[in-house]
Amino acid sequence: MYETSYHRADSVADAASKIGDEGKYLAGGMTLLPTMKQRLAAPDTLVDLTHIGDLKGVSVNGKEVRIGAMTTHAEVNGDAALQSACPSLAKLAGGIGDPAVRHRGTIGGSIANHDPAADYPAAMLALNATIHTDSREISADDFFSGMFETALNEGEIVTAISFTAPDKGAYEKFRNPASRYAMAGVFVADHGGDVRVGVSGAYSNGASRNSEMETALSGNLSADALDGVAVDAGDMLSDIHGSSDYRAHLVKVMAKRAVAAM
Amino acid sequence: MAKVEMTINGRSVSGVVEDRMLLVDFLREERNLTGTHIGCDTSQCGSCVVHVDGKAVKSCTMLAAQAAGSEITTIEGLASDGELHPMQAAFRDNHGLQCGFCTPGMIMTAVDIVNREGADVDEQTIREQLEGNICRCTGYHNIVKSIAAGAKEMGSGMKEAAE
Ligand SMILES: Cc1cc2nc3c(=O)[nH]c(=O)nc-3n(C[C@H](O)[C@H](O)[C@H](O)COP(=O)(O)OP(=O)(O)OC[C@H]3O[C@@H](n4cnc5c(N)ncnc54)[C@H](O)[C@@H]3O)c2cc1C
Ligand code: FES
Ligand code: FES
Repeated sequence: MYETSYHRADSVADAASKIGDEGKYLAGGMTLLPTMKQRLAAPDTLVDLTHIGDLKGVSVNGKEVRIGAMTTHAEVNGDAALQSACPSLAKLAGGIGDPAVRHRGTIGGSIANHDPAADYPAAMLALNATIHTDSREISADDFFSGMFETALNEGEIVTAISFTAPDKGAYEKFRNPASRYAMAGVFVADHGGDVRVGVSGAYSNGASRNSEMETALSGNLSADALDGVAVDAGDMLSDIHGSSDYRAHLVKVMAKRAVAAM
Repeated sequence: MAKVEMTINGRSVSGVVEDRMLLVDFLREERNLTGTHIGCDTSQCGSCVVHVDGKAVKSCTMLAAQAAGSEITTIEGLASDGELHPMQAAFRDNHGLQCGFCTPGMIMTAVDIVNREGADVDEQTIREQLEGNICRCTGYHNIVKSIAAGAKEMGSGMKEAAE
């Protein structure tokens, strides 16, 4: 790891004032620190967001859910109010990485990073979530702009995400047998007959919605409704882990499994 | 440089370290607590697992500076008065290790599993929760057996303490 300097922020304003041009926010560190160890990133400053109390916690008010950016995967997974308002998201959080990763990794870090194989981005799209930052609100549809890219400006801080819980939702992923990240992960959410489908792991431009599936499912929420939908392999990632045809196939299978689980 | 103070295995310690120093290097190089191992550079193997404020974390993926102010327990902190911790004893009794390289991380993860899931944790849960710990020797079977046995033993210890 290259040299860096560490700063523990005590408020969002303090964090924003310390980030500078070459700094990075440090959340759970589960992506940033391995990247720095491999010298693929070399921020001159790390601004630790962990001790900013305002950024932590889940609040559920009827169907309205708000999750602070620094809430860990383990906390999202274990939150009793979320388990009843939106069990599919709580379950998704419990399937990220392993227990030690879930103790430190955060929802804000995961979406800010927008790894194409990360789980949360698919959920944010399907749940029609809003991403709150220290300066504005961004809809999930506008937030995930490309692989490892988001609508965030330099130095902008994700403070929370919020959404209205769907009537029903489910997430299914096919794990890479070695890294255990999603080779394809599909979140299906039914908002009063209006169905949204978010896909992680498969698309070459990162997390994306699949509008053909959404149309097919909006009239008929059953796995069979997906039979006639062709998933275009041209939009899919192709790498040593799987070809684009294989991923296109997986997306359909995961979508069917998710619908069957709803 | 960062001045870090933390409690390790019940003792207050402090040191002045580079801001980039990893917690695992602080434990091994500065504190001579070499039971915590480093088995990979991708945060995947779990041989570096310690407890930070009671939770299992990978000490290779946390800065010493991030741990300042926390309570750390390492494998060296489990035994008390020369008696192995029940989970350590269970690994010995059930042939839960061969070369032993992964064992400190396995045991720290195992104790964390029991703390969260209770003494009656089932085999399926143990297997799922070992996702982040890699062993090159055993094939995991005896590790799972050890953890189930250690969990039971920890449970009866908790009951005795309560009585
Ligand atoms: C072994 C292993 C397995 C994993 N498996 C999975 C998996 O199966 N599925 C999955 O989805 N993920 C997985 N992950 C990734 C994990 O979920 C990370 O926790 C997550 O991607 C990043 O969150 P973090 O809090 O650790 O962020 P960090 O690593 O601290 O930060 C990541 C990036 O986001 C920026 N950032 C962080 N927080 C904010 C914020 N609030 N505002 C603006 N920018 C911010 C940082 O500057 C950095 O660039 C795994 C990681 C490991 C090590
Ligand atoms: S050394 Fe920490 S996970 Fe491998
Ligand atoms: S006993 Fe050798 S790596 Fe697990």
